[in-house]
Amino acid sequence: MDSRLRAIAAAVASAVSIASPAGADEIVVQSINAYVKSTVDNFNRENPGDKVHFRLVSYQSINDSLPVQLASGGGPDISMVADWNGLAKYYLDLRPYVDAAYFEREFGTVLAMLRARDARPDAINGMTGAITMNGAYVNRTLFRQAGIAMPSPGATWDDWADAARRVAKATRTPMAMEVDRSAHRFASIAISYGAKLVDANGDFVVDEGLKAAIRKFVAWHRDGTLPMDLWGAVGGATHRDNFDDFMNAKVVLYFGGSWQLERMNKEVGDLFDWAVIDAPCGPAACALMPGGGAMVAFKHTKSPKLAARYLAFAAREENMREQLARGANIPLATTLVKTGVSYPNASELVREALASYTRQVPSIPPAAYAFQGWRFQRAAMNAMTTRISQVLNNELDVDTAAAFIKKDVDLAIQAARR
Amino acid sequence: MKGFEEKAMGVLSAIASLPARAVEPLMVLLQRVLGVGRLPWVFLLPNLTVILFFSVLPILINVLYSVTGSDNLYPSERHFVGLANYATLLECGDYLDPSTCSRDLFWRAVRNALVFVPSQVVVMIGFALVTAIALNRRIHARGFFRGIFFFPVMLSPVVVAMTWVWLLQRDGALNGVLGAFGLDRLSWLSDPARAFKWSIFVTVWAHMGFYTIILLAGLQSIPADIYEAAKMDRASPWRVFSRITLPLLKPVLLVVFILCTIRSVQTFDEIYVLTGGGPGTATKMIVHYIYETGFAVMPRNYGLAAAASLMLGVVLFLFTALQMKLSRKGQDA
Repeated sequence: MDSRLRAIAAAVASAVSIASPAGADEIVVQSINAYVKSTVDNFNRENPGDKVHFRLVSYQSINDSLPVQLASGGGPDISMVADWNGLAKYYLDLRPYVDAAYFEREFGTVLAMLRARDARPDAINGMTGAITMNGAYVNRTLFRQAGIAMPSPGATWDDWADAARRVAKATRTPMAMEVDRSAHRFASIAISYGAKLVDANGDFVVDEGLKAAIRKFVAWHRDGTLPMDLWGAVGGATHRDNFDDFMNAKVVLYFGGSWQLERMNKEVGDLFDWAVIDAPCGPAACALMPGGGAMVAFKHTKSPKLAARYLAFAAREENMREQLARGANIPLATTLVKTGVSYPNASELVREALASYTRQVPSIPPAAYAFQGWRFQRAAMNAMTTRISQVLNNELDVDTAAAFIKKDVDLAIQAARR
Repeated sequence: MKGFEEKAMGVLSAIASLPARAVEPLMVLLQRVLGVGRLPWVFLLPNLTVILFFSVLPILINVLYSVTGSDNLYPSERHFVGLANYATLLECGDYLDPSTCSRDLFWRAVRNALVFVPSQVVVMIGFALVTAIALNRRIHARGFFRGIFFFPVMLSPVVVAMTWVWLLQRDGALNGVLGAFGLDRLSWLSDPARAFKWSIFVTVWAHMGFYTIILLAGLQSIPADIYEAAKMDRASPWRVFSRITLPLLKPVLLVVFILCTIRSVQTFDEIYVLTGGGPGTATKMIVHYIYETGFAVMPRNYGLAAAASLMLGVVLFLFTALQMKLSRKGQDA
């Protein structure tokens, strides 16, 4: 009965075009980045006997639909994944088909984060030449207009909040600071304030660092440094950003991420002076979170060799270099970090921002990598977003919220393992 | 000419009766084999099959998920956990304080629903009734106004919600109007009480037309001579409404009440887009909790979501049964 159910589910998945097309030499690659299509086109040109189809999907599709597709035995052959380790049980081990030493050398950090608990310690599941990073965008024009000096590198979150408030007041800018409604962004602040988030046993940790970060975050909302529109106005784990506010000069400091550089390049250019600053510091660290999407192949693919060949092709230095230049991304592959990447289409300000991000890659704290590669990172992020919003709306106090975050994550882990 | 018509009708009748004649031997055979009493089941079979596959089977699968655990999708990869999912949902120190519950968000959603559903149903039926009565009168451009009130029903819930988001957001049209008059902007959706009221308003705006049409049909089915008799007796408008319209509209009102209540409990899409269940959990509804638990957060907890949906289903079933019983009682009286 169950095998029939499985067959039916797989057939349905195929019918709704989420599975690979028929034929042994065809695979589907999906990503949220349109520029991946150029690599797919180059591969198809170089391999006329094979056919790789590209599918552009939304970020929500990667997070919400892909897990269900994979659980039902369907889905694309290769996809970008944002939940690096949460879907690890579906990843194909590419070792038999690719140059393992090359992958290990270029993507060592990423490979460790992609491996499932029961996978071989040398398993190779995917690649990414680029990394995204959280980061704070500052409107330098507003600072100049206010006649206030920008805090120097090494300045704390408090320094920046104070400066942003003063600039907003002096220039009548509606908001001093904004932070994406994402626990991934909040994790940077939490780690800066000493939160460990995940311990060596892979358990979630609620400590004084996390509580201090929540208190600070709530205080910024109470005193108007942060508006309620993002974290306060929405419920649950809903992701929301208001980056348009930064692009329209309605906010002095916006804590978002490197993925906004492409928009800044295309839509803002040099209309006003802006910069990505060094990570603001807390008492414990000056932390930014790594993130982004890794490209992985899935076990259910009918063409593992072709999937592996495509990923090996995408992992070639020249192809990664082209992708990075197109997307204005931060290099992560070892060779690219060493040799640097040129961004011919990027404006001077975007290049400056990329240099700022790249400079900060080596100082990403281990806690940030540990959290990013943790299997239950999504559960923790959902819990943090939900509970912090409740504190902002006076439904919970900070201690109760911290206890609920811990409980939510533990229950999620327990339910998954039960 | 008459002869031609009769001939034509004869030919058409013969053609129309062909399918019946063709299946007649089969029917006779089935009647002989199954007996007269069982033959109706043959006619019901297509509908029963559809109901079995699209209603009964999903419910059974839901039951199966609710008594199994893990984040795996296939039943064979899930473990039997008995009633553990139900116990988790019901585990509460004090049901009046959701913070003491194991799944506090579920109970916050229940608490919200207990306020949202009666409020929305009363406002919805009240406005729908007033609108239906107004549209039943001989007013100018009656057809146009009927169309206007029904128009939101044809829109996708997401479109409805997005439209209202654009109106109500910080830089939305409503704040733009306030700003134009030199007034302070208001946070329409970031204040819990305001967001809750707007959730009721938007859902009423979106669905009122549907119930208005049903009530309008009910009003039009009331015989005109009763109103004429009341007019001759010089009955006041309120007396006409309370003694004629309302009692004769009662069966239709009951249907509207049941439909509206069920729909209200199931509210999800508009509010999900409008507020995401926030601020905090101020507008989180039960179906939103089920969706988040089963499909939006990682790891997926299909078992808990299935248990919550079945509990909701049972409550709705009991509620509908009660309403039907009251309805029959009213008709008998």
